[in-house]
Amino acid sequence: MSNLITIFITMALLNNFILVKFLGLCPFFGVSKKLSNAVSMGAAVTFVMVIASIATWIITQYILIPFNVVYMSTVIFILVIASLVQIIEMFIMRTNYALYSAFGIYLALITTNCAVLGITLWNITEEYNLLQSIFAALGGGVGFTLVLAIMSGIRERLELSDSPKSMKGLPIAFLVAMLLGLAFSGFGGII
Amino acid sequence: MTGFIKEFAKGIIISNPVFILALGLCPTLAMSDKLENALGMSAAVLFVLLCSNIVVSSIRKYVPAIMRIPVFIVVIATFVTIVNLVFQAYLPSLYESLGIYLPLVVVNCIILGRAEAFASKNPVTASIADALGIGIGFALAITIIALIREILGTGSLTLGDNTLFTLPVLGEHPITILSLSAGAFLVIGLLLAFFRRIGVAKNE
Repeated sequence: MSNLITIFITMALLNNFILVKFLGLCPFFGVSKKLSNAVSMGAAVTFVMVIASIATWIITQYILIPFNVVYMSTVIFILVIASLVQIIEMFIMRTNYALYSAFGIYLALITTNCAVLGITLWNITEEYNLLQSIFAALGGGVGFTLVLAIMSGIRERLELSDSPKSMKGLPIAFLVAMLLGLAFSGFGGII
Repeated sequence: MTGFIKEFAKGIIISNPVFILALGLCPTLAMSDKLENALGMSAAVLFVLLCSNIVVSSIRKYVPAIMRIPVFIVVIATFVTIVNLVFQAYLPSLYESLGIYLPLVVVNCIILGRAEAFASKNPVTASIADALGIGIGFALAITIIALIREILGTGSLTLGDNTLFTLPVLGEHPITILSLSAGAFLVIGLLLAFFRRIGVAKNE
C-alpha cells in the first residue's frame, strides 16, 4: 500500500506531468484562463488517463507480450486512446448530458494530448502492474489538474498586469511556469 | 525550383515551428537539456516529418476527408515505430536518454499539423520542401536552446563520451537552474520574447 501512495505522490508532485515532464503543455498554455475550465479539463484528462492505463495494461499483458509485438505499442496505444475517447464521449452524451456539456468539448482535444499517451508509455517503461498503473495515472491526473488550476488563477491576474509588450501572452506564461517549477522542486524532500 | 526554395526557407525563420508558431513545445522543453538529446530528437522529428509528408501527400486523393486524421496518425505512428527500432538497435544510449519522448513524437503537433495543413493539399515535391524547412527549423530551435542550457547550465559541452570544452569560471560554478526542468521554461520564455522584440514574431 505504501508503495502505491509513493507512486501517487511521485507522479502528482515530484514528476509533475506539466512542470517536470513537459507533457500536456497545449492545454496548460491554451485552456487555463478560467478556473472552471481548468478544473473540467483536468478532470477529463484524469478520467481518460485512468481508463487508458487500464485498457493499455490489459492489451500489453494479454495481446502484445504473448504475441511478442511490444514494438507495436505506439501505434496500438494511439488507436486505443483515440477510440476510447470517442466511446467515452458517446457514452457521456447519452447518459449524462449535464456532464457532457461541462467537459464534452475537452474530450475531443484529449485524443492528441501527450499526457495521456505519456502515462500509458510510462507504465510500460516502469513495468507497473495494474494497480500501480492506476495509481500512477491518478497521481499524474491530479498533479496535472493542480498545476492547471494554479496557472488559471495566475493567468487571470496576468491579463490585467502591465508586462512589457513583447513579454505579453506566451513568454510571460513561460516565466510563470518556471517559477511554479521551482516551487514544485521544493517537494523533492517529501519522499 | 524557386517554389521549392520558398517552401523550404519559410519554415526556418518566418514560420519557425518553435519560436514563431510555438508548436511542438513538449519535446523542445524536455529534450533541450543536452546537445546530444537535442540532436537525436531533431533527427527523429526530421525523418518522421519528411516520410509522413511524402506519404500523406501521395495518398491525399484517395483518403476520404472524414477519415483523414486517423489515417494521418497511423502513418505518423508507423514512421515513429521505425525510428524507435532504429534508435534502439544502433544508438542504444541515446534511445535510453530520449526515453518516452521518442515514441511521443507521434503526438507532436508539428508533424500532424504539417500533414493536415500542407501535405494533404499539396503535391509531393512541395511537401518535401515544406518538411525539410519545418524540420530544420525545429532542429535549429531545439539545438540553440540546448546549447544555451548545456553550456551555461553545466559549464561545458559534451557530445557522446567526449567533452568538447569546459568554460573557465562557469565550469566550477555553473548556473544549475538552466539544466533543471524550470530552466527550460526560462530559456524558451526569454527566447520567445526576444524574437518578438526584434520583430520576427508578432506581439499578442
